[in-house]
Amino acid sequence: MPVVMDADRIDRTLARIAHEIVERNRGVDELALVGIRTRGVTLARRLAQRLLDITKEDVPTGTLDITLYRDDLMRSPVGPQPVIRRTEIPFSIDDRKILLVDDVLYTGRTVRAALDALIDFGRPKAIQLVVLVDRGHRELPIKADYVGKNLPTSLKESVQVRLHETDGADEVLVEEHQS
Amino acid sequence: MNSDRVAPSAGADIERSTPAAAVPPAARALRHKDLLGIADLTPEEILLILDTAEAMKEIGFRPIKKVPTLRGKTIVNLFFEPSTRTRTSFEIAEKRLSADTLNIATATSSVQKGETLADTALNLEAMAPDMIVLRHPSSGACHLLSRICRAGIINAGDGTHEHPTQALLDAFTIREHKGCMRGLKIAIVGDLLHSRVLRSNVLLLTKLGADVWVSGPPTLVPPGIERMGVSATTSIDRAIEGADVVMLLRVQLERMQGVFVPSLREYFTVFGMTEERVRRASPGVIIMHPGPLNRGVEIASEVADGPYSVILEQVANGVAIRMAVLYLLAGGVEHEAAA
Repeated sequence: MPVVMDADRIDRTLARIAHEIVERNRGVDELALVGIRTRGVTLARRLAQRLLDITKEDVPTGTLDITLYRDDLMRSPVGPQPVIRRTEIPFSIDDRKILLVDDVLYTGRTVRAALDALIDFGRPKAIQLVVLVDRGHRELPIKADYVGKNLPTSLKESVQVRLHETDGADEVLVEEHQS
Repeated sequence: MNSDRVAPSAGADIERSTPAAAVPPAARALRHKDLLGIADLTPEEILLILDTAEAMKEIGFRPIKKVPTLRGKTIVNLFFEPSTRTRTSFEIAEKRLSADTLNIATATSSVQKGETLADTALNLEAMAPDMIVLRHPSSGACHLLSRICRAGIINAGDGTHEHPTQALLDAFTIREHKGCMRGLKIAIVGDLLHSRVLRSNVLLLTKLGADVWVSGPPTLVPPGIERMGVSATTSIDRAIEGADVVMLLRVQLERMQGVFVPSLREYFTVFGMTEERVRRASPGVIIMHPGPLNRGVEIASEVADGPYSVILEQVANGVAIRMAVLYLLAGGVEHEAAA
């Protein structure tokens, strides 16, 4: 299975994105990070640490479970529902600039669900999208503001982001579907 | 609040299910068309419902208390018995998940004209609801509907048989306070004979490994109740001695044909939960009651309003539990019907 990003590469990429965030927003005032479960949460926490290192300021960080907003939830009559985890956004998102963080940007449907979920929490000033990997094949008009790596893929491939906290190692893999 | 009765190895997180990644997805599903009773659920399925309810509870704290999950689903609340708590709780749960709901109370329905339960259900079914929430005075009414309806049936209390969502919300409340069910001493006191809440709770609590004690007047203790895996006693003081949880059951006068207790005042003297009795239980005890309360019969007012009372938390948690059940059942409806 080809490794397209290793631990060092992921680390440097997150450092670069953190600097881009600070540059584009002229600091971290009014910013908050919201990670999409599961791996977006880990990435959001790492970015918060990076931003703290750069600016010495804490950026509030929340987690979002988008399961209840998925558009395919009630479509397949067979098979189990995904297990829902807690959404925790311990701050008001009103008038804040929200950095929405996910591991892979693909069809855009997860981000659509996340946008709907976020809007139910209030009226943010802006939402910016951060992804570690953009693998293309969008089905909705959605574009990331910060991209770790653009990774052209075929529909037959799957992209796996593995992170130390959840999977024991930092790496991004591309794999041919066995179907 | 964790009681020292809990075995040291059984940490608060033991019962909380392992992260999804560690378990194959198939093991974390509720593969049923209906929820007829706790008897049909495995311990894993019970924990899945409780875990899901934790996520659902958070929705109640949002400014917009609604998610689009069950958009376009129709749910009928069919209530053949009076109910405030359960019906309202189901309705709020359904609305928070964006389902279309309608309530049928028998006082204003064709049941008054002599229509049978099966005919009422078949007529409703013709209008294609996705789920029917049924409360009925006859035990087994939900099983009957489950056999003749394509819609998923949720038991909201059938006669003296089961009231599964009540037991689930009780377990959820206990878990919030005690972390883990295994090894807890749980005393259930009151009208055991007529109580569907008792049956569902005993089934659930014993499945999760609690040490369940039941107590009530001899006339209101069903014979052979020990076979359900509980310790029975006619002394309330023995049952609540060192208990971590005391659950009181309502004296159900409306279901009693004949004289079971000499008087309500005598019942209170012998079985009523007073502050003095609370002191016999474990120091961190929580007092529960499924409602509606008969103050001064099974519970003293000071106890119902005391700091150890979690009665209103139970009501609040009921919404989260019902959202979890509706969400988990909605996925498997057609799957089971086709089989």
